[in-house]
Amino acid sequence: MNITRLFDRSEWLGFAAIAAILLILFPSVIDIFRLNLVGKYLTYAFVAVGLVLCWGHGGILSLGQGIFFGLGGYCMAMFLKLEASTPENTSIQSTPGIPDFMDWNQLTELPWWWEPFNSLAFTIVAIIVVPSILAFIIGQAMFQRRVGGVYFAIITQAIAAILTILIVGQQGYTGGINGITDLRTLLGWDIRTDSAKYILYFVNVILLLGVVMIAQFVKVSKFGRLLVAMRDKEDRVRFSGYNVSDFKVFIFCLAAAFSAIGGAMFTLQVGFMSPSFVGIVPSIEMVIFAAVGGRLSLFGAVIGALLVNFAKTTFSETFPELWLFAMGGLFIAVVMAFPNGLAGIYSTYVKPLIARILPNEQKAANAAQATKVPTKALAE
Amino acid sequence: MSAAFALNKGPEASQQDFLLSVEDLTVSFDGFKAVDSLSFYVEENEIRVIIGPNGAGKTTVLDLICGRTQSTKGSIKFRGKELTALKEHQIVHSGVGRKFQNPSIYEDLTVFENLELSFPRGRNVVGALLFKRDHEVISRVEEVAEMIFLKDLLQTEAAILSHGQKQWLEIGMLLIQSPELLMLDEPVAGMSVSERIKTAELLNKIIKDHSVIVIEHDMKFVKDIAHRVTVLHQGKVLSEGSMEHVQNDPKVVEVYLGH
Repeated sequence: MNITRLFDRSEWLGFAAIAAILLILFPSVIDIFRLNLVGKYLTYAFVAVGLVLCWGHGGILSLGQGIFFGLGGYCMAMFLKLEASTPENTSIQSTPGIPDFMDWNQLTELPWWWEPFNSLAFTIVAIIVVPSILAFIIGQAMFQRRVGGVYFAIITQAIAAILTILIVGQQGYTGGINGITDLRTLLGWDIRTDSAKYILYFVNVILLLGVVMIAQFVKVSKFGRLLVAMRDKEDRVRFSGYNVSDFKVFIFCLAAAFSAIGGAMFTLQVGFMSPSFVGIVPSIEMVIFAAVGGRLSLFGAVIGALLVNFAKTTFSETFPELWLFAMGGLFIAVVMAFPNGLAGIYSTYVKPLIARILPNEQKAANAAQATKVPTKALAE
Repeated sequence: MSAAFALNKGPEASQQDFLLSVEDLTVSFDGFKAVDSLSFYVEENEIRVIIGPNGAGKTTVLDLICGRTQSTKGSIKFRGKELTALKEHQIVHSGVGRKFQNPSIYEDLTVFENLELSFPRGRNVVGALLFKRDHEVISRVEEVAEMIFLKDLLQTEAAILSHGQKQWLEIGMLLIQSPELLMLDEPVAGMSVSERIKTAELLNKIIKDHSVIVIEHDMKFVKDIAHRVTVLHQGKVLSEGSMEHVQNDPKVVEVYLGH
C-alpha cells in the first residue's frame, strides 16, 4: 500500500468517538438551547485545531487568532446584515435600505466595500480569503525578517488590539462596540428558529470534522514533520534546503483560514458578531483551549475548546468575578504540570491502563510493533 | 583577434576551473574584521582543511559561504555562481552542504525522519504536502544509515543518541543531500577514541567523491586527510599549501602550532 494513511488505528477510534459524541450523543440528549451553546463552543475548536498545527507542531505562537476568527465572523455578519436591512425592514430610517447602525451614524449610502457582501458566493469566498490574505501579509512581513518566538506573539497581539480599536472607532462602517447585531435570515431562511439551530449545529460539526481531517493530512505529511523540525532547529531546516519562511507563512495562513470558518459559524449560530471576539483577551483564551486540550493533539483541541468553554459558562454564571482568575490559574497549571494537556494525560496514564485491562489489544499492538520496523515507513 | 579573445577569456576560464573561489572576502562586526580580505580557491575533489587559533575566523568563513552570515565585501563563487546574494536554501540547492560544530539535528524526530527530511525532494510547500515515502527514499535512507553506523537505530528518537551518533547523523543528513561541496566544522570534536576512529573511516569514505572543506584541530587527523591546508590568523590567510609546507612555515609555528 503506497498511499499515506490518514489516521492510524487508535486515531481512527478517536476520530470516530468524537464524531459519534458530536453527531449522535449530544443532539439526542441535550436540549436545543444547550446544543446551540455546544455549537458555539465548537466554533472555537476550529481556532484551536489551527493552533495545534501552528503552535503545537510548528512552534509559532500566535496570540492573535481572534483577528481571523473575527474577520471570518464579520464577513458572514455583513452578508446577513445586508439581507436583514431591506428597505421594508428599515423604512423608519432616514436612509432606508442600509444597515441600522450606518443610519444612526449619519451615513447616507452603503460604503463601496460593503456592496460585494450582497452576494453569498462572494461572502463564502471572502470568509476564507480575506483572513488568509491578512495572515499572508503578516506572515511574509514577520517570517521573511525571521521574527519569531515571543516577538511574533507580541506583534500578533498588537494587531489584534489594533483591529479591535479600528472596528470600535469606525462605528459607522462596522457597528462599533456593539458589533453587527439583529441578524435574521440566510437567503430567506430564518436562522433563529430551533430547526435552523439544529441544522447549523450539524453543518458546524461536519465542517469541524473536515477541518480536523485537513489538519491531520498536513500533520502526517512530510510537511508535518518539517513543522516539528522547524520548532526544534530552524537553522538546520534552512541548511537542508528549505525556505523556512514559506512553510511558516503557509501554516499561519491555514490556521487563519480555519479560525475564519469558526468565526463565520459563530455568527450564524449566535446571531451577531462584535469586537469582543476579536481582541487580545479572546485570542489568549483560544490559546488556552488548545493548551488545555493538548497542543499536539487535534482531538485534544476539540475537547479542550468544549471543556474550557463549558467550565467558563458554568463557572461564570455562579462566580462572575472569579472566572478570569480561574482561567489564568488553569493556564498556568496546564503549562507547569501538563504541558501536553489532556491529550498528554490520556496517552501517559489512560492508554497504558486500557492496554492492561484489554490484553488482546496489547497483543495486537505488540504485533503491530513487531511488523513496524520494515513497514512503519509506509504506514506512517 | 583570436589571441585577444583567448586573453579575455583567460581569467574567467580559470575561475571556472575552481569549484569554489573566495575573493577579497571581508566581514566586519561593528568595525571588527572577523574575516579580512580573504581569498582562497578550492578545486574539484579537493580536501581542504582550515586550521588556525581560536578566533581566527574559521567558522565565520563557513558561515559566509553557506549564507548564514552576510559578507561586507567580496565574492564567493561556486562553479562560477555568485553565492553572496543567495539565501541559505538556495545555496544548499546549488550544492553546498554544511555541518555545524555542535550536532544540529531534529531531536524530536527519529533517525529515519531526520534523514528523510534531508532527502532532496519535495522542498517546497506543495512538494512537502504531497511527498511520498517511496522505495527510492527508503533505500537511500537505509544506504546512508548504513554508512553512518546507524542502520539499527532508524526508528530511534534522535534525542537519545550519543553525542558521537548525533555527529554521524548530521553528517548523514548532509550526505543524503548529495552536495558537491561538504563543509564540516570540527567533525570529531567531543568524540570518544573509538568514535574518532570510526569517524575518520567514515570521512575517508565520503571524501572520495566530494570536495570537502574541514575545520579541525586534531593535527593527526588533518595530516591523514588533507590535500592542502589553509592556516587562518586574525581573519587572514597566514599560510597555505601542503601539510608539510605549512608545518614548517615559521609564521605558523609562531602563532599556532606552538613552540
